[in-house]
Amino acid sequence: MCIDCGCPTADHQHHHEHHDKADSGRKTISIEEDILAKNNRLAAVNRALFADRGIFTLNLVSSPGSGKTTLLEKTLVDLKNEIEFAVLEGDQQTANDADRIAATGVPVHQINTGAGCHLDAHMVGHGLEHFELDRLEMLMIENVGNLVCPASFDLGEDFKVSLLSVTEGEDKPLKYPQMFRASEIMLINKIDLLPYVRFDVAKCREYAERVHPGIKIFELSCYTGEGLDQWYGWLREKVAAKGKPLRSKG
Amino acid sequence: MHELGITQSIVEIALRTAEGQQAEKVHSVTLEVGSLAGVVPDALQFCYEACSKETLLEGSLLIIDEVPARARCRDCAVEYPVTDLLSCCPGCNSVSSDLLCGEEMRIKEMEID
Repeated sequence: MCIDCGCPTADHQHHHEHHDKADSGRKTISIEEDILAKNNRLAAVNRALFADRGIFTLNLVSSPGSGKTTLLEKTLVDLKNEIEFAVLEGDQQTANDADRIAATGVPVHQINTGAGCHLDAHMVGHGLEHFELDRLEMLMIENVGNLVCPASFDLGEDFKVSLLSVTEGEDKPLKYPQMFRASEIMLINKIDLLPYVRFDVAKCREYAERVHPGIKIFELSCYTGEGLDQWYGWLREKVAAKGKPLRSKG
Repeated sequence: MHELGITQSIVEIALRTAEGQQAEKVHSVTLEVGSLAGVVPDALQFCYEACSKETLLEGSLLIIDEVPARARCRDCAVEYPVTDLLSCCPGCNSVSSDLLCGEEMRIKEMEID
């Protein structure tokens, strides 16, 4: 509480210009509301729903072209017999990615953000209306390809997963620290291309660790399948921990 | 350009407050934005002008107070100012720290008639 005027205040520099203007009938109204409060509230609603139904949820973020959709296709085809998936696809335009996911036989809903550069919790909440939540064990949300804006918007997911492909340069975590700080997982994708590109995996790991100490890192290639077993193992473990028992459809 | 969506939230909250106060005029809206909040103040200003057009907020001033980021070292518990997300502890050079402030985005107050 500010001892000068009684309004609630943080401990940094505080403006008191309003006292000088008191005569003009002006008054200062204290608001103290988080600008993202609405999104955070809706994200909390989504998160509670996921907890209640035992749905493990990932929010996949990366630059355009890092391989989010290919990773999803591969993961869904390989695991759909043991995990009940659904996918929310976020893109500014087209249903191209949703068409690719639909071809795997997994339920998918496309969200087109128009001019929007990120998904928000409200869009995800309505996207869920397209799925049978009672059956669902894992929701994959593919965010709009953008390493900046989606960092600020909680969707209610368990984890943000940043993808980085080896054609992009190992310093991405340093250039876009907000995103790698917000992500608990980093996937280094397209490692089959390592012999052909100048990408230092050890440096990339070091940079990610600097921005986000303890970040969990997987190296994989959706083309050769290298590293996918570890990724799948982690997904199985998390889905099991979330509550719905793993089924076997044989 | 997520500043546009963020500005729409600012305008929504400010208008709701102004209406609740039966304000006739809004002079200013003051924000507290952390230095690591991931928003560009100039972009907020630009969007605010556009988003407040033809509302009670049109012509009002958007004041942005920057909150400098501070962190506490997990290894030696020293508190220090953080200029970017790559800062390390000035005491022991550890990169392991907890951010104490600097990521906030808050509407603090508004001045009305």
